Amino acid sequence: MAEVVQSGPVEAQARHVVYCGVCTLPPEYCEFGGTAKKCEEWLKEKQPELYQRLHSEEAISANLSTLSISAQERAAKDAAKKEAKAALAEARDAERKAASKVQIKRVERNKRKHVTVIAGLEVYGLENKKVAKELGKKFATGSSVTRSAAGNEEITVQGDVSDDVQDWLLEVYGKEIPEANIEIIEDKKKKGSS
Amino acid sequence: MFKKDIPPSNRSKVKSSVQRGLRQRFVEAYPGFEPYIDDILPKKAQLDAVKLPEKCTLYTIDSTPLFYQPQDGPPIPHLKLIHQYPTALPTVQIDRGAIRFVLAGAALMAPGLTSPGGRLPEKENALEAGQVVAVLAEGKETACLVGTLKMGTEDMKSKGKGVVMEDGHYLGDGLWRMHLD
Ligand SMILES: [Zn+2]
Repeated sequence: MAEVVQSGPVEAQARHVVYCGVCTLPPEYCEFGGTAKKCEEWLKEKQPELYQRLHSEEAISANLSTLSISAQERAAKDAAKKEAKAALAEARDAERKAASKVQIKRVERNKRKHVTVIAGLEVYGLENKKVAKELGKKFATGSSVTRSAAGNEEITVQGDVSDDVQDWLLEVYGKEIPEANIEIIEDKKKKGSS
Repeated sequence: MFKKDIPPSNRSKVKSSVQRGLRQRFVEAYPGFEPYIDDILPKKAQLDAVKLPEKCTLYTIDSTPLFYQPQDGPPIPHLKLIHQYPTALPTVQIDRGAIRFVLAGAALMAPGLTSPGGRLPEKENALEAGQVVAVLAEGKETACLVGTLKMGTEDMKSKGKGVVMEDGHYLGDGLWRMHLD
């Protein structure tokens, strides 16, 4: 951050602190976040040196130093409870994702014009605004976040690009959205409502 | 104070005259930050104000949080700023057992600081009620809480009980998790 080196009495520049990519805390606090296992995997992969330091034997035994046995037990119980809670929340989220669908709808505007409406991305952790921008760039067309009659956010892309959107989604966000959870719908209302 | 998630809220530009005043106030409140103030808040940078609950305001430069200010109090540095400049604020330390309570948003109690794992300054460096301090934790390098002391450190030593801080800003609270992009 502070790249300008100044001569003077300032003894130290800003310290750079790494934050956990899973729970966002400084990694030394991951053990309290309820996602300790996932955090540990992340740290091992992304910050092997820090991982070594935090999970060395001395570090672990130092952690147990001043606490009484009963307090240690209580803390362990609490951590286990938190972990179970996080696991449950995760399972629920996975269930929701499995049951949910991204709909790509081809909507007829008038005889020759179509728009493509994409709904349900947010369930998979995608941000409509960001995806709309990416789609606009990818297909060089108008693309914006709109609201359905029911008030839900969706993306409206100008032109009939349903199949291309599907391919693109699978290519870019295939990790987030399984193929089976994307469906293409034809909307054939013949009302010149625009 | 920030136990709940904070919904994204409007950001507004701070007028340069107001910005100068804030900068002044910040340095006066925290002389420890003075050597770094030109890095933290460069004179030409645009400071943004983001509304928080309870009439608090958070000040940021782009998406970097600097400090928040309750309606009637001094600006309080965001934990990320404290992590960057760990020696700028006076500190106290809690024992390991107190960490999980602090991270759950509980009030900080004196025994967590007076126990063997805790640490309080010597008498000649005693901290008074009303001072803003960073709270470190046994075995950790980074602060986990920042806020205003409700009790002086000498009082903590003699009484050994009671609420030391409430309504602080702690790791993982709503302010910490707030999206600022
Ligand atoms: Zn973590």
